[in-house]
Amino acid sequence: MSNTIIKVENVSKQYRLGEIGTGSLSHDLNRWWSRLRGKEDPYLKIGETNDRTQKGSSDYVWALRDINFEINRGEVWGVIGKNGAGKSTLLKLLSKVTSPTIGEIKYKGKMASLLEVGTGFHGELTGRENVYLNGAILGMKKKEISSKIDEIIDFAGVEKYIDTPVKRYSSGMYVRLAFAVAAHLDTDILILDEVLAVGDASFQRKCLGKMNDAASNQGKTVLFVSHNLSQVQGLCKKGMLLENGHLTFAGDISTAISKYTLSGNTNNLVNVSAIPRVGPRADYFQITKLQIKNLNNSEEYFEEDTIEFVITFESKRQIEDCVIAFSISDSLGNTLIDCRSTENYPKIEVLPNKQYTIRCELPLPIKSGSYQINLGAASFYGILEYVPSVTNIELLSKDSEDNNALYKPSVGMTIMHPKWQLINN
Amino acid sequence: MQQDNWSNVIKSKSTFSLSSIKEVWHYRDLLWMFVKRDIVTNYKQTVLGPLWFFIQPILTMLMYVVIFNRVANIETPVSPVLFYLSGIAAWNYFSECLNKTSSTFKDNAYIFGKVYFPRLILPLSIVFSNLLKFAIQFSLFIVALAYFVFIEKAPLQPSIYILLVPVLIFIMAGLGLGLGMIITSLTTKYRDLTFLVQFGVQLLMYATPVIYPLSKVSGSRLESFILANPMTTVMETFRVAFLGIDKGVFNWMHILYSILITLLLLLVGFYIFNKTEKTFTDTV
Repeated sequence: MSNTIIKVENVSKQYRLGEIGTGSLSHDLNRWWSRLRGKEDPYLKIGETNDRTQKGSSDYVWALRDINFEINRGEVWGVIGKNGAGKSTLLKLLSKVTSPTIGEIKYKGKMASLLEVGTGFHGELTGRENVYLNGAILGMKKKEISSKIDEIIDFAGVEKYIDTPVKRYSSGMYVRLAFAVAAHLDTDILILDEVLAVGDASFQRKCLGKMNDAASNQGKTVLFVSHNLSQVQGLCKKGMLLENGHLTFAGDISTAISKYTLSGNTNNLVNVSAIPRVGPRADYFQITKLQIKNLNNSEEYFEEDTIEFVITFESKRQIEDCVIAFSISDSLGNTLIDCRSTENYPKIEVLPNKQYTIRCELPLPIKSGSYQINLGAASFYGILEYVPSVTNIELLSKDSEDNNALYKPSVGMTIMHPKWQLINN
Repeated sequence: MQQDNWSNVIKSKSTFSLSSIKEVWHYRDLLWMFVKRDIVTNYKQTVLGPLWFFIQPILTMLMYVVIFNRVANIETPVSPVLFYLSGIAAWNYFSECLNKTSSTFKDNAYIFGKVYFPRLILPLSIVFSNLLKFAIQFSLFIVALAYFVFIEKAPLQPSIYILLVPVLIFIMAGLGLGLGMIITSLTTKYRDLTFLVQFGVQLLMYATPVIYPLSKVSGSRLESFILANPMTTVMETFRVAFLGIDKGVFNWMHILYSILITLLLLLVGFYIFNKTEKTFTDTV
């Protein structure tokens, strides 16, 4: 017996677009007719690669196409890819929520999937009753839950409220209780879909710790889907990259992440003029291009790397006192950095119908994560231009091998280099 | 090549096998959890609580007595109170099983889309939780029966066929479950049938001897239609069992026919349900 615990062979999943009605009925009848004659499903031959941005000509898309991979016992895999790349579809197939259109998935032992925490929670039931219900939905036996219930309640930290209906819970308590049940699942394979993106920072850390423990100490096999690359980087050793329904890479996590960020950062030259504008602006002024580059000559961006921002703009009128600015905000929209050209350069005099390019070098003292770049320009008379979320950058953590999470600051947004000294030695 | 023994295989086509029954058995704790949830949440935040289980059939019975007995003058072989109570309890059980199981996929699409457990658990839990409701409503009938026998000294003689009650319950549950599973499977993609079911069940009640005795239609052309309905036998046998051998129609062939129809519907239901559960989340 080999060490392989999950084997996915030639798996594809087709979805039909549009509404269900008489149109889909005619397709169904067609399908039925060809099956009666012993022929192949005519709609399996068609279907397009899943690219949301382009209008397709077919009613069918392949959310996943020809996926093959094997996972060994005890491995922790991160599944990464853009929105719509097929990550969730893959997890749905693995967790048996829906079946593949073609292909086979084989696995050994018990598998539990958490596509969401607290599935089946009923508002009218008490916390304790919900723990039993949710645990049973996830495949636990009643006896098993009874033996773990104290641990679960303790982990969630809701002891005082455990016999109150969960509809009276705060959303934080609700989620903590739900996750606590999931964290105490005893399975060989665990499938997680971004469920860690819940709760406050300290609870998230608790969850990550629990996951890490499940993987490294209990030898569980984990598949983890997340958009949060630094989480994936910290938790997983292996990674697979999905792009438009195809599996483009499966191997070690750092290669997977760098391939992903490369594909994400290929547009490091952004055609800003194509982005639709909202809000007040001067119609004679336009920022046309933004180019971002890592001055360390790396294609990826790491914490504290010095990044070059090159902004091109033009105006149809003369402006005497133009200021160019960019800001960097996190996924919640909090602005972390606001950078203006007047900081070490005088106001720019802009002549009509001429292209200008301005560059700025900036080391990014912010923690790894996904960030948005926003652009703007102003003059004495007011705002000339403001373009939010021009592009995204993925900032990676430098030391992925460092597992001493305790010794690194885990909350906060900025990176500092404080100097500590013990005084009463 | 090494040979691996995979404990689970997920394929595109479903195969109906004993393993799906074994799986349901494995999840039996979940089944009871759902049953408990259905019962407990039913009367949370009500003052009267489980008393509501009694109030509904009593009011329905009073209504029937007024409309069908007093106004429409439909004669009943025993006191109309007993006659309607037995009919209401049995009919309610069947119709609730059918109504609720026939929307299993639609009602639980959200939870089914997030986690896997044998889908059969949910319709089964409906059948079991309604069984409790049936027991409560039927006990009401028993109390009324005791009143008529001991206080009113009515000439009622429960018969040996009382031993058939488990079979009758099986027929009611099986019919509701089987039909419900077929309907929910057929309505995941095209919901047209849902409309038919909603009033179809109401109409079906009039094709079942709930408010009139079967003897009322005996000899007429209607009789064979009404006898084709497997619930007819259930109603009549209940009355024969509890009220006396002369208070209804009893026939072993009718019983056998109802059992066969039930088994057939269950088999077809399991098959279609099993086939649908694999991909219904894509179309529901």
